[in-house]
Amino acid sequence: MSDNTRSEALQSQYLTVNLAHEEYGIDILAVREIRGWTPVTRIPQAPSYVLGVLNLRGAIVPVIDMRLRFGLEREAYGVTTVTVIITVAGRNFGVVVDAVSDVLDVEAGAIRPVPDMGTTVDTEYLKGLTSAGDRMVLLLDVDKLLQPQDAQMLEAALPAASDVKAVA
Amino acid sequence: MSKAGLAQFQQVFIEESLEGLDTMESSLLALDDGGDAELVHTIFRAAHSIKGGAATFGFPEMSSFTHEAESLLDEVRSGKRPIDASIIELMLRTVDCLRGMFARAQAGEPLNDAVAEGLRNELAAAMGRGTPVATTARRNVDQADAWTIRFRPHAGMLAGGNEPLRLIRELADLGELAVAPSLDALPAFAALEPTECHIGWTIELKGPVKRADIAGVFDWVEGECDLEIEAKHVVADIAPAAAPVAAPAAAPAPNVADAGTARAQREANAESSSVRVSIDKIDGLINLVGELVITQSMLDTFREGELDASRIAVLEQGLAQLARHTRELQESVMGIRLLPIASVFNRFPRMVRDISQKLGKQVKLELIGEQTELDKTVLEKIGDPMVHLVRNAIDHGLETPDKRRAAGKGDTGTLTLHASHRGGNVVVEVSDDGAGLNRDAIVAKAIQRGIITSAEGMSDDAVAELIFQPGFSTAAVTTDLSGRGVGMDVVRRNVSDLGGTVTIRSTQGKGSVFTITLPLTLAIIDGLTAAVGEERYIVPLVSIVESVQLKADAVRSVAGGGELFRFRGEYLPVIRLHDAFGCDGAIHAIDDGLMVVVEGDGARVGLFVDGLIGQQQAVVKSLEANYRRVQGVSGATILADGSVALIVDIAGLVRMQGRKKAA
Repeated sequence: MSDNTRSEALQSQYLTVNLAHEEYGIDILAVREIRGWTPVTRIPQAPSYVLGVLNLRGAIVPVIDMRLRFGLEREAYGVTTVTVIITVAGRNFGVVVDAVSDVLDVEAGAIRPVPDMGTTVDTEYLKGLTSAGDRMVLLLDVDKLLQPQDAQMLEAALPAASDVKAVA
Repeated sequence: MSKAGLAQFQQVFIEESLEGLDTMESSLLALDDGGDAELVHTIFRAAHSIKGGAATFGFPEMSSFTHEAESLLDEVRSGKRPIDASIIELMLRTVDCLRGMFARAQAGEPLNDAVAEGLRNELAAAMGRGTPVATTARRNVDQADAWTIRFRPHAGMLAGGNEPLRLIRELADLGELAVAPSLDALPAFAALEPTECHIGWTIELKGPVKRADIAGVFDWVEGECDLEIEAKHVVADIAPAAAPVAAPAAAPAPNVADAGTARAQREANAESSSVRVSIDKIDGLINLVGELVITQSMLDTFREGELDASRIAVLEQGLAQLARHTRELQESVMGIRLLPIASVFNRFPRMVRDISQKLGKQVKLELIGEQTELDKTVLEKIGDPMVHLVRNAIDHGLETPDKRRAAGKGDTGTLTLHASHRGGNVVVEVSDDGAGLNRDAIVAKAIQRGIITSAEGMSDDAVAELIFQPGFSTAAVTTDLSGRGVGMDVVRRNVSDLGGTVTIRSTQGKGSVFTITLPLTLAIIDGLTAAVGEERYIVPLVSIVESVQLKADAVRSVAGGGELFRFRGEYLPVIRLHDAFGCDGAIHAIDDGLMVVVEGDGARVGLFVDGLIGQQQAVVKSLEANYRRVQGVSGATILADGSVALIVDIAGLVRMQGRKKAA
């Protein structure tokens, strides 16, 4: 994404969210809005981490539970649980996280590559890590969250174009 | 002009030109039926606009191709050449060829192909100048490395908005220029009319340039200037031979560089289809929005002060007004997407003419209700099923003249396309006065194909329904028109994908009527809200036959895990929605829930749900926009409380169930 290349060249801002006592950064240019958790409508044949869809001012937007997405334990949603609506390549989706905490300025030089171990989240979904004070922040690669291989495999398992239904 | 800017205009040009081609085609057909000379002018104007536009928007091949057609038309127009069937035929093929060029232009592919090249030679041959051999000969003079161009605009050229300097600048792009003005025609100062052009130019152009390229620059001012293009140095014989060798080597490089842009371009084109909306509709919308704003500000006054009983009546009135305006606004906005069906009907005169000639049948086509409006999406998708029905009607339905005479009918068969509004639906009828369906032939075929075992006790209607079965085709001879066995079932499927139905009424010896019933729009459907556990699903009303409460023993399990129940004399399979969609907390006992008999994909099934809650209009929203397609779900809608409900795709569910069985 051009947004990323531009921001990586200089300085960029990240929205930090909490997930199982770790702190993750989401490129703020991809964040569309933050809303409190509201129940969603379940969709059939979806991977377990896709909780369902919600109505975002008339658009139908899928919602992912980040904990389930990264194979963490599911936890009861509380008052701090929020849905962060993210826009990637013109598509919107929501991610449910334990809490949002901060907005972080990150210099391009301060992003270090992720070592291939020691993190809860598969390094595939991370584009680097940085530190804010004495805390470590893992920077998420949002492009990869909704189009993981398993969803693609599901898509491929579906029958070919003959079944494609007109959806207005 | 920037590349992106030009691309934007190209799109508009292509859309307009396609309309121009439609005009050309319908005028040619009218001419074929003995229309008047004014039609020739219409055709000529359309061709002329396409030629000029093509040159301006960067399609020189198209421009030079159309130029050939235009020259021929010009001779017809000026009466030098009588219009005859062969010219009309040639022109119709030209129209087809141009359509192909536009399609390739949109796809970003090279415009010329063998067909275009062949047709260009035919057009040239019709003009009586040049056979293919002669064109090759001419081509040598077409290419030179220096040209002298004498360009003398007529006095009135500026009034047409043509700027000579622009033309000269354009020439400068082709090669090195030496321009000398000739002022011999300049009048005395007192007599000088400042809005007229009195200067001519002699232009020396150096560089390996084709004559067509130079002529292309002056396309717009043709007839408004005196133009001479003279080759100074004809390229030596070796040069044309060398050029093609050099060209392929050089060509791939820019191609690779352009590939990315070209692809992006293509994708953009695929998405940016547009609708032309009449100004009346827009004005109506603006009015409605105005009303809405007034109502809103009226309601806004209730935010201040106490809401006492005396004002409640006013509030209620305001809310009623708001409701009415919202509904009207919704209808008007939907109206923007509605277009007359004429755009689909218009392709048939040509088609019917071609097919009937091919088959040696005489067919008169009647179009009724061309102004009937329906949704653009529906309109785009109804074309193919209708083409199929029309082909079938001519191929199988209508008889040859001698057979018609033997049956005591006139030589010419009539094919009628009739569109009308009926309730919230659009009904399109394709009827012919041909032989009608042959019951015996259909029964024999159905038995042979194993669709039925015997026609004992089947009504004529039931027999007619057999032609919609997959793999059914009664044509003894497989033609390229129809009879490939992917016939009526595909028609029915396409129509049902649009939320419509196809039925047939046929009388042996008298003809057949196919009736397509379509929803006005795909954007809003009527549906029943069904409860399954805690979840709510919308079942489209069109697919519901009826709903019944069954006793527990009415449903029987069959080997392989399926369930069947008896409904009006037939056994229907059961689809439990909670199974299909994996819902929790749903009712499992048959006698506690509700069996909704639904029809989809030509099959009836029982859809087992907890209960039906109520009827509602659902605005269909796409799941694919942000997520992806989900089997058995055609989209989503938003309920009154703001939550999302999924819309059940009955046909998809039936197919899903079929696959599960097969697996």
